[in-house]
Amino acid sequence: MNDSQAAHGGLDDAELSQLYQEVILDHYRSPRNKRELEETTHTVTMNNPLCGDVIDLLLQVKGGRIADVSFQGKGCSISQASASMMTERLKGQSVDEALALSGTFTRMLHGDPEAAGSTELGDLRALAGVAKFPVRVKCALLAWNCLQELVGPEA
Amino acid sequence: MNTTLALDVDRVRADFPILSREVHGKPLVYLDSAASSQKPSQVIQAMSDYLEMHHSNVHRGAHELSVEATDAYEGARERLSRFIGAQDPSEFVFTRGTTESINLVAYSWGAGLEAGDEIVLTVMEHHSNIVPWQLLAERSGVTLKFAGLTPEGRLDVDHVRSLIGPSTRLVGLTHVSNSLGVTNPVTEVARLAHEVGALCLVDGAQAVPHKPVDVGALECDFYAFSAHKMCGPTGIGALWARRELLEAMPPFQGGGEMISEVKLERSKWAAIPHKFEAGTPAIAEAVGFGAAADYLTSVGFEGIVAHEADLTSYALDRLLALDGFELFGPSTDRLGVLSFRYGDIHAHDLATILDRQGVAIRAGHHCNQPLMDYLGVDATARASLYLYTSRGEIDALVDALHVARDLFGGFE
Ligand SMILES: Cc1ncc(COP(=O)(O)O)c(C=O)c1O
Repeated sequence: MNDSQAAHGGLDDAELSQLYQEVILDHYRSPRNKRELEETTHTVTMNNPLCGDVIDLLLQVKGGRIADVSFQGKGCSISQASASMMTERLKGQSVDEALALSGTFTRMLHGDPEAAGSTELGDLRALAGVAKFPVRVKCALLAWNCLQELVGPEA
Repeated sequence: MNTTLALDVDRVRADFPILSREVHGKPLVYLDSAASSQKPSQVIQAMSDYLEMHHSNVHRGAHELSVEATDAYEGARERLSRFIGAQDPSEFVFTRGTTESINLVAYSWGAGLEAGDEIVLTVMEHHSNIVPWQLLAERSGVTLKFAGLTPEGRLDVDHVRSLIGPSTRLVGLTHVSNSLGVTNPVTEVARLAHEVGALCLVDGAQAVPHKPVDVGALECDFYAFSAHKMCGPTGIGALWARRELLEAMPPFQGGGEMISEVKLERSKWAAIPHKFEAGTPAIAEAVGFGAAADYLTSVGFEGIVAHEADLTSYALDRLLALDGFELFGPSTDRLGVLSFRYGDIHAHDLATILDRQGVAIRAGHHCNQPLMDYLGVDATARASLYLYTSRGEIDALVDALHVARDLFGGFE
């Protein structure tokens, strides 16, 4: 901690700074793909009753590919940023690719170092810090659980 | 102020062992007492003394320990009835807590209601004073009506009055709101209910811990509260009700303790209050519950009330001065349970950031989802104070909020 931080009772917590990275706050404040969707083929609403996070995920799947995707909802920065970042990645992916990504992302949040190192995740690695905050993991997974619900093996 | 009655917060804090621990390497700043209070050594000691030296089942054995356990259990009942101003300990039923007390009334007294009967509640009720009535409505077709709030965030008594009519059977309201911190005019509402022959049920979960309660002066018919919010253990609470009501009500659960005679075809019920206490009760918890009432009495409500009022106004002065701080409910004449929003930081994020600095607050709907909908918010943060909260802890909260704001890069 530097002196000016100390003087303000400021932050000396690397894990917390890692959790609230700028990219996450940016997606929270300016979510991507948070909109209506034309020709929706799949839609689901899931919530997290403990903290009131709600995500509606909307997919337009054509020929096994996610042609378009959007979300709606409200909640904490982690749930909203995760949803926003997820939709950016899913657009144009095949359903199988999307589910593989979801699997790697979920393993990263459960603290798997190999998953966290995977280049496949790209920007989504910004959410790796959530693994250090077990009570917040379900916030980060909410949108991904919607995806599983819509096109996962049990859908 | 009479100094002998003033509360010495350092001395009070020394009674609570947990307050000297650290969380994430920082001193614990416990601002979640409205969810559950911490326990003084006096309560912990009373429970362990009982378990170490006096435990047996109650009302059963012809041996010494059973007599001692029964005395401890019934002694706690007597002290607790006096603590809430009740004259007759047989009007005091031990339950698992406020939630079970209200369920008991909805199930047992509610069995006498039918379609067309009406129950008036308020939008500020905790889920435990809403859901049992919804279940009753499903069983019997009674209608539920909800009174709203004034713009300031207090109960709209005119609205209550307009909802009460000839079909009203019960008016249920919380004594103190667990989100807004307001105290409701219980006596006035009880009189409105009685004018049409209806009863009045009061949820005292957030009142008994903070102020002297006299059920007689309140003029209510049912009063429910929990031990764990008033320095006592979890797993126990109480329902107070007038004798003639309890006598007329059918049992809630059946089993041992609540019968006077059992035949294979049918049984006779024990006298009140035991008619409502089926099975082996939470004896050690009852002892702790009684010790909690003794503890609050020994500290003295005059000092507790003055300390909490002083601390609440100090907290509001400091918090309302922060840019982006938005309080729910009135900013004066309220108790120290403070629900708020802070800039665009979601309550859940705030709770995480504060927790890392040792500051424990609640985030979410506080089991007040209908109230949150009414206020148009999905979640709020809540800091709640108690007799052991210090000014230094309010300062720690304010510092932690600054950190949160910095982490979020300020607000727009
Ligand atoms: C106003 C109010 N009523 C009822 C309850 C429920 O109490 P318990 O969970 O102890 O039954 C609470 C506590 O959460 C409360 O704050």
